[in-house]
Amino acid sequence: MLKRVLMAATAATALLGAAVPAFADVSVKIGVLNDRSGPYLDISGEPSVNAARMAVEDFGAEKKGIHVSFVTADHQNKPDTGSNIARQWFDQDGVDVIVDVPNSGVALAVAKVTREKNRIFMNSGAGTSVLTGEQCSPNTVHWTYDTYALAKSTATSILKEGGKSWYFLTADYAFGHALQADATKFVKAAGGTVTGSVDTPFPSSDFSSFLLQAQGSGAQVIGLANAGSDTVNSIKQAAEFGVVSGGQRLAGLLVFITDVHALGLQVAQGLNLTTAFYWDRDDGTRAWTRRYEAVNDGKVPTMDQAGVYASVLHYLKAVDALKGKDTAAVMAKMREIPTDDPLFGHGQLRIDGRVTHDMYLYQVKTPAESKGKYDYYKLLQTIPAAEAFRPLAEDNCPLVK
Amino acid sequence: MHTILGIPTQVLFGQLTLGLINGAFYALLSLGLAVIFGLLNIVNFSHGALYMMGAFAGYLLLNLLGVNYWGALVLGPVIVGAFGMVLERLMISRLYRLDPIYGLLLTFGLALIIQGLFRNAYGVSGLPYAAPPQLTGAVNLGFMVLPIYRGWVIVASLTVCLATWFTIERTSLGATLRAATENPVMVSAFGINVPRLVTLTYGFGVGLAALAGVLAAPIYSVNPNMGSDIIIVVFAVVVIGGMGSILGSVVTGFALGLCEGLTKVVYPQASATVIFVIMIAVLMVKPNGLFGRAA
Amino acid sequence: MNRSEAAAAPVAAPVPTAGHAGSPRRDDGALHAMLFAGLVAALLVAPFLAYPVFVMRVMCFALFASAFNLLLGYGGLLSFGHAAYFGLASYVCAFAARSWGVDPVAAILLGTLASAALGAVFGAIAIRRQGIYFAMITLALAQIVYFAALQAPFTGGEDGIQGVPRGRLLGLVDLAPDATLYGLVLVVFVAGLLAIYRIVHSPFGQVLRAIRENESRALSLGYRVDRYRLAVFTMSAALSGLAGATKALVFQLASLTDVHWTMSGEVVLMTLIGGMGTMFGPTVGALVFMALEFYLASIGSWVTVVEGAVFVVCVLAFREGVVGVLARRLGRPL
Repeated sequence: MLKRVLMAATAATALLGAAVPAFADVSVKIGVLNDRSGPYLDISGEPSVNAARMAVEDFGAEKKGIHVSFVTADHQNKPDTGSNIARQWFDQDGVDVIVDVPNSGVALAVAKVTREKNRIFMNSGAGTSVLTGEQCSPNTVHWTYDTYALAKSTATSILKEGGKSWYFLTADYAFGHALQADATKFVKAAGGTVTGSVDTPFPSSDFSSFLLQAQGSGAQVIGLANAGSDTVNSIKQAAEFGVVSGGQRLAGLLVFITDVHALGLQVAQGLNLTTAFYWDRDDGTRAWTRRYEAVNDGKVPTMDQAGVYASVLHYLKAVDALKGKDTAAVMAKMREIPTDDPLFGHGQLRIDGRVTHDMYLYQVKTPAESKGKYDYYKLLQTIPAAEAFRPLAEDNCPLVK
Repeated sequence: MHTILGIPTQVLFGQLTLGLINGAFYALLSLGLAVIFGLLNIVNFSHGALYMMGAFAGYLLLNLLGVNYWGALVLGPVIVGAFGMVLERLMISRLYRLDPIYGLLLTFGLALIIQGLFRNAYGVSGLPYAAPPQLTGAVNLGFMVLPIYRGWVIVASLTVCLATWFTIERTSLGATLRAATENPVMVSAFGINVPRLVTLTYGFGVGLAALAGVLAAPIYSVNPNMGSDIIIVVFAVVVIGGMGSILGSVVTGFALGLCEGLTKVVYPQASATVIFVIMIAVLMVKPNGLFGRAA
Repeated sequence: MNRSEAAAAPVAAPVPTAGHAGSPRRDDGALHAMLFAGLVAALLVAPFLAYPVFVMRVMCFALFASAFNLLLGYGGLLSFGHAAYFGLASYVCAFAARSWGVDPVAAILLGTLASAALGAVFGAIAIRRQGIYFAMITLALAQIVYFAALQAPFTGGEDGIQGVPRGRLLGLVDLAPDATLYGLVLVVFVAGLLAIYRIVHSPFGQVLRAIRENESRALSLGYRVDRYRLAVFTMSAALSGLAGATKALVFQLASLTDVHWTMSGEVVLMTLIGGMGTMFGPTVGALVFMALEFYLASIGSWVTVVEGAVFVVCVLAFREGVVGVLARRLGRPL
């Protein structure tokens, strides 16, 4: 208790800008809340925790007087379980910040608890743009991607590549419809056309019927507004029915590198996809990934796991600058200093909680082009941070005046 | 161009063919359920998990032992079937004197364990598995370009289903099986080891599920959850067909695949639920199912 | 071929009541009154020892499991699709409270009514078969509800309906603080449990028991078995809905988790752990299950395996459940 008072006092002095001590001596507790047993196991899971630990080491937190400890849990993809854990972490375990949280339903529930308890929530795994839209919160930071950014980046950059007419395979629930609606908007804005779409039940194992309809549409691009095993199944069967070899372009709106790995290059080759992070992008990402692989059984990071690293790093920078961890002060500091790390490059935390950074359109290599394990993508385009994400004006976020 | 229901005939035939392929999986799975149910009086909720194990067996045989697809087609069902027999001996056999609901609950628990273990070991994204070189490529049927592998699935499933039907309905082994179903005491009085027969039957039913899994591996994502949703659909198939006859479950499986295929063109949003809706309709008219015997 | 339906022994073996099966001793009533009083006392103290929200969650699931047990333990019917009623009510309640701004009590009642109606319709279809067919049919029917919830625009798909206001009870008491809401949940839970107790110990409950033990005799005595089955199914669905709607207010959200078939499986497990056909078993089972889930959350990745293992162990070696064993030891129904 005394410690907490002292820390609050330090934070206050820091805020006043008076007599900032050179050595922080702050204890922070980070809760990594993600999926250990369900559909997001591979994009988050234990490696996310390792990524967070790497951020702490890389920052040299201990040397700077920031003592970081971790708690981890499996939200089991149940919003009420997730919100219970978050509440307990904040109240009893003294957790200051929760990171990761794939699964939009759980993420929104955790965002609400975090706001109620006035701590910080840094999400990098959930796709919903509601998190920084209607339900935005002064306590939420959303890294990596959201449905809007994926749709916009994929649609606009593929149009630049010449894909003018589109047909969508849309997973028949809110996530799929949001992706399709946003993508359609940008296809049309850039002068393209949408020739049709088909709502596919979620989850489906057989996409052949829908693919045949897409093939028959004659569209240049088949957009996959789905995720997870739906994406894997639709790409696998697209290869079987010769969609890409028949001259159509297959565009995945949400594809993780784990999905491509699951498909193999023989099947996935030619696929276009947008991602916020690819391990082999430059020297910085490669060097980091080598260290990451060493602690994660040789697996490469997904953009979610990379986002956990980047968000923890940014948080620690703010704590270090303030020598304290007062929520409002840290959030203000995180907005003030630009984000900068080897994985996502330069960016900015906006008032609505969105972190902007570059996004990339990649094409999956052919087996012949690939030179080694996980050498899967070649870059087609870079979408600058300023263009990739939803403008504040369109947010519907009450924090944006 | 001719149209039926406002759909060009060619498209319709194409979609029905694809529906038939899904029906092939439903038929294999519901056949396995029906065989097990017939003799053990157990609804095997772990059938979906065992189907998944079949697909994984294909992958593991290839990647650990270098056994190709054709080998896996034989070895996969044998291995998974043996695993099923172990389950039957160790656990399921303890429940025969109880309400069959306990069998359902036990196999549900087993399904959770199996899926959980595979998720821990292999993650959820899936594993790549390619079709054998002999079956890649496609043929032009006039109304559609059919990947050869899909055609093979129909042929293989039909062959296995008919062979099973023939064995059970037309051979002396089948006669013994059916007799043991009706009156186990009498059959054991004839000197037949009924428990062993039961174990072998369970293994065979599980083997059918695993065979469906190996067949599915080159076209569907091979992941630990692949069986968890299909099993519910297969349950509905079984309710519609009624578990009275072997042939009934096969015919129902294929027929419902066709219905589902048709729905995917006419009103795709409903294709996940159409089988359940048919189930309701059938229950209203024929509570015992299309091929079931009266209670 | 129809052994499953005709010769099925009762699912939950009746608790030995020494020679007067079904008709409770007079002092059983006193014992139960004491147990109810003890339960209420424990729940009044509980929020000071554990998380109020956690305890509220346990109460919601305890009511859900008790409602499920009304059908399984007393009606002898295993539904594998009870998530449909639990989840539908939670969606309806969340939607009514959030979009129409109705009073929390009205929202809960709306949810309950919706589930009762759905239960009446699905029940009428499902009771055409018994035994394992019944289980498969209820599962398939629940799957329709799941897909409807997934695809309907107002449910928010994976996001769910979030930010549901707790509102003011009858316009007077603010339910936002956990303490006041706790009071409401406690009242709902105890009232629900008492309702189940009344149903089970009424003449209606006696007939149900008779049907479960010997359907043909009940038929020959002139009872319209189907009507009784439909009635108990509808009541069970309504009470499950009551639990689901209340949970939506507690967590201020409704999500797909509550309509998914895994939830249907979990409620079976809770009932199985606690003891089928016992009054207090499902409550104990819900508590054990929630504690287990909470504990497993921190070790991660083994949740489903452990859940499955608990299922297997319960079915193979612990069919009476915790309270069932206690009841047998005491020789009295609990």
